[in-house]
Amino acid sequence: MTLDALITQNGAAFDAVDVPILSPEQFRREILDGVERGLRITAYFGERIGAAKTSLVCVLADDAENSLSVLSCAVRDRYRSLTPDCPQAHLFEREIAEQCDVIPEGHPWMKPVRYQSVALPIPGGTPFFSAEGEVLHEVAVGPVHAGIIEPGHFRFQCHGENVLHLEIQLGYQHRGAESFLETAPSPRSMAVAESVAGDTVIGHALAYCNVVESISRCAVSPRAQALRAVALELERLSNHIGDLGALCADVGFLPSAAYFGRLRGEFLNLLMSLTGNRNGRSFVRPGGVTFDLNDSMPADFQARLKAAEYDIQSAARLMFETPSVLARLEGTGAVSERTCRELGLVGPSARSCGMPLDVRSDHPHGAYRFSHIPVSTVSGGDVYARAMVRRIEVERSIQFLEDHLHDMPEGGQDLRNSAGPLRSGRMTICLVEGWRGEIAHVAVSGESGVLRRYKIKDPSFHNWTALAMALRETPISDFPLCNKSFNLSYAGHDL
Amino acid sequence: MIHTWNVLKARLGQGHRTSDYPDEAPVLPERFRGRPVIDDTKCPADCDACEKACPTRAIRFDRKIQLDLGRCLFCRECVEACPEGAIRYSTEHRMATRTREDLWIDGKTTETRLASALDQKMRSLFGRSLKLRQVAAGDCNGCALEIQALNNVVFDLGRFGIQFVASPRHADGILLTGPITQNMKLAVQKTYAAVPDPKWVIAVGACAISGGPFQGSPAIHRGPDDDIDKKDIPSIDLYIPGCPPHPVTILDGLLRLLGRLESGA
Repeated sequence: MTLDALITQNGAAFDAVDVPILSPEQFRREILDGVERGLRITAYFGERIGAAKTSLVCVLADDAENSLSVLSCAVRDRYRSLTPDCPQAHLFEREIAEQCDVIPEGHPWMKPVRYQSVALPIPGGTPFFSAEGEVLHEVAVGPVHAGIIEPGHFRFQCHGENVLHLEIQLGYQHRGAESFLETAPSPRSMAVAESVAGDTVIGHALAYCNVVESISRCAVSPRAQALRAVALELERLSNHIGDLGALCADVGFLPSAAYFGRLRGEFLNLLMSLTGNRNGRSFVRPGGVTFDLNDSMPADFQARLKAAEYDIQSAARLMFETPSVLARLEGTGAVSERTCRELGLVGPSARSCGMPLDVRSDHPHGAYRFSHIPVSTVSGGDVYARAMVRRIEVERSIQFLEDHLHDMPEGGQDLRNSAGPLRSGRMTICLVEGWRGEIAHVAVSGESGVLRRYKIKDPSFHNWTALAMALRETPISDFPLCNKSFNLSYAGHDL
Repeated sequence: MIHTWNVLKARLGQGHRTSDYPDEAPVLPERFRGRPVIDDTKCPADCDACEKACPTRAIRFDRKIQLDLGRCLFCRECVEACPEGAIRYSTEHRMATRTREDLWIDGKTTETRLASALDQKMRSLFGRSLKLRQVAAGDCNGCALEIQALNNVVFDLGRFGIQFVASPRHADGILLTGPITQNMKLAVQKTYAAVPDPKWVIAVGACAISGGPFQGSPAIHRGPDDDIDKKDIPSIDLYIPGCPPHPVTILDGLLRLLGRLESGA
């Protein structure tokens, strides 16, 4: 049975009017059937059309078939919630309610996601899920945390040391990023795209540029594509290595924490040598990239990668062979494969539950169409598995860079082509495997070269709930370790 | 026993990594975008290409070209827009100032008025021990990560007596990042109020200074130097521009404030 939907692929543009408009009942049934067959909700959002009408658009990813299905329906002010039958829709439905004033009837936990409207109280000003009983107590943490970290509020319902339920209340970082992208592409919108999550500059910039290039039909040269992949892998490396170090610090194993802390910087510095900025800002631009490798760089980068690889292996061996470290990582904060599927987790969080999901191989874009990175999965779903996935991915990304730098496509004058005006009435879905997982940018162009709807989904939007699930029946003292093992984005979630 | 040997072997292999800064200048790559340099003698008459290209209105013409480092994202739009190459980036990392006005540069700027040290009394209080509470208020995590990087072994902030503390009550000041979102405003006010006097406010990054790429968004307060927040956060004592600033730019600012660097050094 096939879905009554438009079938497309990552980065392809199509006419927005070709998306089938189903009745709300049929829309609901198609999504439930799709998810039942193993598809994932990769984006689900609303767009206001006319007075008191909203179009709901859902994108389902078929990872085995490398395809995306898009379907829509029109609703007035309410519809029957998908969440009770399809938990992975829960936050999407809350977001739609907040952005478009459409109520999903029967949603089990209806609250704003980001408290976007000034008419609302600030986050934390509305009731939390609570459990009652003489032996229960509640712990509240944040928005200002003890470390140098983004703001969010965590509300724990505890039975003694053990957490019964954790509710994560975000929204403190909401800056209104999407609204800056619902215009014609400009230096300003590019700067905002790079600031959706400052640790994922390349990932979000790439998704945004893919959108612009797809809708304006701009080609990107093979060399620019290869350079983009180099930057994306450098970003993954610095963050994964930083995470391994932070996990060591959280379990009190300072030697590897110090080594990884320094090694993270080596990759930021490589990105700075290439782009002039440690996070790779101003590098990915519509039509290509702004900097090429100069003559001495490939050899220099190879040498620096080799040296770093050697030191990473020594620090990682030490970490993964120290019994006191393993004792803290193994079995802590486990998420089952079933939960992973139900919540639609992505990225290393899903791969550590044994799910082989990776945009780079499932929905490849740019240079990943020609060079494949094996998908790294580990089973167990615990902190150990999340650490191990990163360790393996670090090795594979370094290997990818070493192979790539040797063998870059020849460059010409087309390092950065000019992207023409956007064609009107087109829609595209652009997925990028950022270091946290699947980034999805969905855009619909309007008349006269503007994007009339722009939807950003950071992988954290799926994965925050996994942290809450990991904490169930886990001692509250393991929260920092569990949180670090996911290391999700607050800014990317809050937009 | 074998394990102890492995720890020692790894330790020897990893070597000594702490930089010699500030005794030696930091080594930055050729492409590093530090303080912009303007040569307004190259400006063609009636040309405002850079002003138009700037995503954050950091450039303005008041008879001559002026650039606000507090708004600058250190992107390449103006450099690419200029037909004559009148704007370029230097690898100068030192940019922190004590006042908002000092962040403005123009064609005559060969050296910005870098941050001056606290007065003698304050230096005797804080010069060898400064405890700060970092507050991210809509920060994309770019600045926060560069501040965090100061704690790694390369920059090793602890050797200067500067430390980030968990509670504002243990802090001598707050280090603010992000454009102060509506949803974080109360938390910023409360954190500031909880710091005992005398206290300092240090703004790190374009967002905290001017709102950065998000300036004008209804979801943020444009920046703490806005009137809106004057009653809650009376003044900012140190501005560290950048998007995000390099860790060594932040370190330079902090050390200057404490009088640990000779001015101009």
